[in-house]
Amino acid sequence: MVLMHDAPFILNFETLREADRPLVGGKAASLGMLLAAGCPVPPGFALTTAAYRTFLEENGLTGLFRLELDRYPSLDDAAAALAARVEEAFTTAALPDTLARHLSDAYAQLGRTVGSAEPIVAVRSSAVDEDSQTASFAGQHETYLGIQGFDELARAVRRCWASAYTPRAIAYRVHRGLRLEDAAVGVAVQLLVEPRAAGVLFTLSPRTGDRSLVVIEGSWGLGQAVVAGEVTPDEYVVSKVTLEIVRKQINPKPFRYRRGGSDGTLQREELPPERATAPCLDDAEVVELARRARELEKRFGFPLDVEWAITDIPDRGTIYFLQCRPETVWSQKERPAVTIAATNPIMAIAQTLVRPPSR
Amino acid sequence: MSGALRFPSPFEVGTPPGAEGWEQLYPYYLLFSEDRRAEEEQRLWFFNGMHFPEAMTPFDIITAEAGYLAIGEMSSRMFCIPPAMGIDFRVLNGYVYISPTPVTDPALIERRAAWFQERAGYYYANWRTLYDEWKQKLIGEIDRLVAIRFPELPDVEPAEYVFSRRGYGTSMDNLTAYHDLIDSIFRVWQIHMEIVMIGFAAYFTFYDFCKKAFPEISDQQVTRMVGAIDVSMFRPNDELKRLARKALELGVADIFLADGTGERVFAALRNSEAGQRWLAEWEQSADPWFYMNTGDGFQHHHRAWIDDPTPVVSVLADYIQRLQRGENLERDTEALRQERDRITQGYRELLATEEEKQAFDQILALTRDVYYSIEDHKFYVEHWYQSRFWNKVRELGKLFVARGFFQNVDDIFLLHYTEVERALMDLLLGWSIGSASRGPAYWPPEIARRRQIMERLRAWAPPPALGVVPEVIGDPAIIMLWGITPERLRAWLSPDEGNLLRGFAAAPGVAEGPARVVLSVEELQDVRDGEILVCSVTEPSWAPVLARVRGMVSDIGGVMSHAAIVAREYRIPAVLGTGVATKRIRTGQMLRVDGDNGVVTILD
Repeated sequence: MVLMHDAPFILNFETLREADRPLVGGKAASLGMLLAAGCPVPPGFALTTAAYRTFLEENGLTGLFRLELDRYPSLDDAAAALAARVEEAFTTAALPDTLARHLSDAYAQLGRTVGSAEPIVAVRSSAVDEDSQTASFAGQHETYLGIQGFDELARAVRRCWASAYTPRAIAYRVHRGLRLEDAAVGVAVQLLVEPRAAGVLFTLSPRTGDRSLVVIEGSWGLGQAVVAGEVTPDEYVVSKVTLEIVRKQINPKPFRYRRGGSDGTLQREELPPERATAPCLDDAEVVELARRARELEKRFGFPLDVEWAITDIPDRGTIYFLQCRPETVWSQKERPAVTIAATNPIMAIAQTLVRPPSR
Repeated sequence: MSGALRFPSPFEVGTPPGAEGWEQLYPYYLLFSEDRRAEEEQRLWFFNGMHFPEAMTPFDIITAEAGYLAIGEMSSRMFCIPPAMGIDFRVLNGYVYISPTPVTDPALIERRAAWFQERAGYYYANWRTLYDEWKQKLIGEIDRLVAIRFPELPDVEPAEYVFSRRGYGTSMDNLTAYHDLIDSIFRVWQIHMEIVMIGFAAYFTFYDFCKKAFPEISDQQVTRMVGAIDVSMFRPNDELKRLARKALELGVADIFLADGTGERVFAALRNSEAGQRWLAEWEQSADPWFYMNTGDGFQHHHRAWIDDPTPVVSVLADYIQRLQRGENLERDTEALRQERDRITQGYRELLATEEEKQAFDQILALTRDVYYSIEDHKFYVEHWYQSRFWNKVRELGKLFVARGFFQNVDDIFLLHYTEVERALMDLLLGWSIGSASRGPAYWPPEIARRRQIMERLRAWAPPPALGVVPEVIGDPAIIMLWGITPERLRAWLSPDEGNLLRGFAAAPGVAEGPARVVLSVEELQDVRDGEILVCSVTEPSWAPVLARVRGMVSDIGGVMSHAAIVAREYRIPAVLGTGVATKRIRTGQMLRVDGDNGVVTILD
């Protein structure tokens, strides 16, 4: 690991590994690991926490994170006030020159891969906390889709940084006894995939914890509608063992999100009924998603929760993985013992017959 | 039992018009009756269309008596399956309804578990050896059955009976032969259940293990890991493929393509030298493999291929045409084995601990051995033995025809076996005394009356179940073989979902095509290429037809039903155990069979 003050401001996804998590945050690190696993990930780069530190130091913001408990009636009010001060300070402060140059260079370089001076990107915060599930709870998962142009990019980056100081995130750190000034996030900047369909998948059944299944949820357009729970997505259940589609539940998905302006706003588009009720993935796509998810799980060694997108651009490989993290609900549960008598099948039979049937 | 989910009470079911008096055709102990009503109404009875798809003639009910006597003996008394006593049964309007008999006292279940572990454990530990011995035991039984003779009744007994001081005559030979015949079928069914009931218990354990380890695992995935591959049930069909190739080799293929009935085709074959050589090949396969019958052996009119080759002649024609088109008829057993191992390995890897993997390996190894026998035994009992048994009964029938009791040999099947014994006594008394038996006056009108009742009963549609849905079903056989669970019964009771029918997703894939509703074996020959077969239950011997259909739907059938296995083998989508398919679907309606989700949609 590189020492913080020597650390680069920007690292390409290709170079990122698990060990870089403290430097770039979990999301960016997982994108690097996805790439290393041979998964299609939209190209991009990560801003390190060193970039964030420099931003704070050069703008004299290091002393900003005092919770003025004496001035407010409650912790909640104090947290809200601090959050407002941080947002105000972060959005008005400029990026230090060196950092701005590095970011601008990286952005331009990313643009060259698609032949555009101002490529459209997604900007996501990438939490450094060990426990990314709690980070998610604490609201440190800001995503700005469809950002275009350096100014908008710089603004989105600062908003991502500010997301470490939402009232909820502040309350969480106080509650856990963590120093407020230590909060830091990395930022992932990634070419935007404008998908035909997108969603999430789990390498186990979220319903029962069954690890022999891959469960895919998807809807039309950008994945926000699924992630935010605004539509009931299609559900495809695939056997991890045979890659056969075990079950399909096609639900009406009456609208989709598309990119709005260059500032990251989204446009909601209503869909005609025949489009809304059609499956958003065909069988081959479902199976391919499941196959890749299975490989990935094998590589990581634990059940995963993956954000995916699929485009209609035919000759570029159409499936993308946008994010990947450990599944936390079932993985943290104790798996109930399946059998009592492991060494004697005859005893196992007698005991199975003595217990009332589970169905 | 207020609020309990229930099917109609057996006492609410009326008699089909024209079938009045059907009760007299069956023994008193097989009827629902006022004296046992309170108990009978509290139980669940479901129509066992899997084994007894049609109304049973009085004689044929012997297979149910022998079968359930043996199931009871083996489950409750011999091996003491902890939660299950025997399976009770009744005859209603000629149809067989069955009801599991649970053990409910936990202390008794525990005690039975100790006995079971010791007794069934002995079988499990020596399974392969015991099964090899079992086959020899069964073949010995078949030899003994075939050796039974019903000698003609001479005017004067042979002199040697006198001078060898034999001491008894031909009447006694016939009486003994009759008793041997009846003893034989009861004994064979005991031997049948000797391995089958504890076999289900082992399979159920593996099934239960998989459902606990992988809560959403489908029944078919479990079956695919256990999959029996080289079982004798596939052999008759493989022999047909061999004969199809021989027909092409010998240049007699045209004879099969020209004409339908077995008799005419065989006559034409006898006319040429090449044809005779083909017939010699047929003979070589026929005993025992063509003792395969067109049903499941439980009814006398499901004739063996060897006795009536008509159904297989059309199959041969089909195979010949497919060979001429260059198709490969072989089951790719190596691919099936590889698939089985790949799936098994896949699930094994997903288990949490080494202990679980070890337990999985052990239970699976035993289950595979056991399941192999469960599939394999069927040829020996349901086909080879049963076909020869019905033929032996026909030999006795001839004696009655000769003495004017019956007009046709098969009339004997309209008498219960205990009535046959009385008729035989009537016949032997008349012959020995030299006076008139009452039979020739008594039986012909009675047989005419019974034949008419049977016709009415056959036209009646039995409800899928009667009585009260129980909270739990613990009998492994009921769950594994018939696929009867409280959930399934509740689904049968749920209101119609318009054009949807739900059942077990028994074999994967989706197919569309016109429906062909087949209610009896005779209707099988109407099945056309590309149709969806809709039947009460599919019999193992229907395998050749399954090569032609696009999908399969049945009223009855569970995970271990042979139909499910054959459908997977032939890679035909199948939805089994819908309860009502043959009632709701008409021939010609367009269907979609979704074997992944267990849903049948009537598209018209």
